[in-house]
Amino acid sequence: MTQDDLSIADPKMRAQGVSVFYGEKQAINDVSIDVGTDLVTAFIGPSGCGKSTFLRSLNRMNDTIAGAKVTGTIELDGEDIYAPSMDVVQLRARVGMVFQKPNPFPKSIYDNVAYGSRIHGLASSKADLDGIVERALTRAGLWDEVKDRLTESGTALSGGQQQRLCIARAIAVDPEVILMDEPCSALDPIATAKIEELIHELRGKYAIVIVTHNMQQAARVSQRTAFFHLGTLVEYGKTTDIFTNPKAERTKDYITGRYG
Amino acid sequence: MAVVNEHTVKAFDEDLNRLRGLISEMGGRAEQALIQAMAALSKGDQELAAQVVMGDKKIDALEAEVEQLTVQTIALRAPMADDLREMIAALKIVSVVERIGDYAKNIAKRVALMDQTRSIEAIPVLMSMSSLVAELVHDALDSFAARDAELAVRVTVRDKNVDDFYNSIFRTLVTFMMENPKHITESAHLLFVAKNLERMGDHATNIAEMVYYVVTGERMEERERGETPEGAASAEQEEG
Repeated sequence: MTQDDLSIADPKMRAQGVSVFYGEKQAINDVSIDVGTDLVTAFIGPSGCGKSTFLRSLNRMNDTIAGAKVTGTIELDGEDIYAPSMDVVQLRARVGMVFQKPNPFPKSIYDNVAYGSRIHGLASSKADLDGIVERALTRAGLWDEVKDRLTESGTALSGGQQQRLCIARAIAVDPEVILMDEPCSALDPIATAKIEELIHELRGKYAIVIVTHNMQQAARVSQRTAFFHLGTLVEYGKTTDIFTNPKAERTKDYITGRYG
Repeated sequence: MAVVNEHTVKAFDEDLNRLRGLISEMGGRAEQALIQAMAALSKGDQELAAQVVMGDKKIDALEAEVEQLTVQTIALRAPMADDLREMIAALKIVSVVERIGDYAKNIAKRVALMDQTRSIEAIPVLMSMSSLVAELVHDALDSFAARDAELAVRVTVRDKNVDDFYNSIFRTLVTFMMENPKHITESAHLLFVAKNLERMGDHATNIAEMVYYVVTGERMEERERGETPEGAASAEQEEG
């Protein structure tokens, strides 16, 4: 792997020598990468390259898959997230996730956003909870569109609104990291632009890691880009460098559309 | 040069090949314009000179075509990395080649204004200088076609010899004018011809620098071009 001076002084998350296995099959091979709070990090690569697997290992979503095994270390603020003492539910509140397909709960808009705060006991009163819901919806750029219909079902919203609702739901529990797995692949260009604008707004408040097949999107939203291929991290660098002057031949072939 | 794989979208490669073809044709025409303008000058061939002047229209048209195709390709194919660098280089290279064509046209236009030049001793040196410049233009465009960064570096190094020619011709002509006041007009024209050739050499260097950028992704450093010879800029302070 090629790496310039990309050291992040105080990484929010640090992965070192991470390998992920699904039974016998190795999906990720010895990946080390730091994720900083002030930066949006994009993971790109062809289907099956391991980028989503690696993303899911950052908040132990792979635990839910039988036979999945993670080796190496992944730290959140210096704390090993795979340590036996780690509370996985707590971890996933700190490292939130937004999925490819918007997946609001079949509940009201309000309850969707309030859900996490309720189960984590973050709100002390109804007024407190109202405040959390409004702040999260505002940050997700959805408040003005839904403030008069908070009791309506979240599933009644448009696809783009549903995805911003899911982002609001993730934000509501005050996470430190937000993982996004293809958050715009089911959305039209305008809804996509709104999510991208939102990512830009959220940068600095949360460490954001986004997996995307859309290279233009990676170029638009991220400051760091990691290219994965066949389970290895081929190249990690500044987004501007990766897209104008990639060092590795495989990166170049992929981003210029010469891959396979 | 590195082996370059084809794009998954073949139409992209077709666009790139068309772009390279146009630039190559444009470069060939500019090089020919230079050679013919100098031949017209040395023989006093006004007909050939007129051809060069006319031919410049085609060079200008090719520049416009390359610009249009480049903008289209950027809009439709969203090129990245070396493809993107090639688009930017293509735009800059054609504007430089267009200037080379203009200088050739300018030389050709001077043919009609001179009739006693054949007796001036600077002419053979000017011819040697123009052969070198034509070679540099040729090699710069070859380095673009072949993605050859080393050839590009050699072009910039050899441009120093063009500067030496220019300084030598400058001194020769100034001396000649002092000794032959009757020939000052012709000599002044030849001085402009020499200056045009020197500028063309610089433009060949500009092309080479763009090629280096396309191939390596880095700007060509001053040290890559070798040492600046002593007094290269002494004949004329204004160029800096």
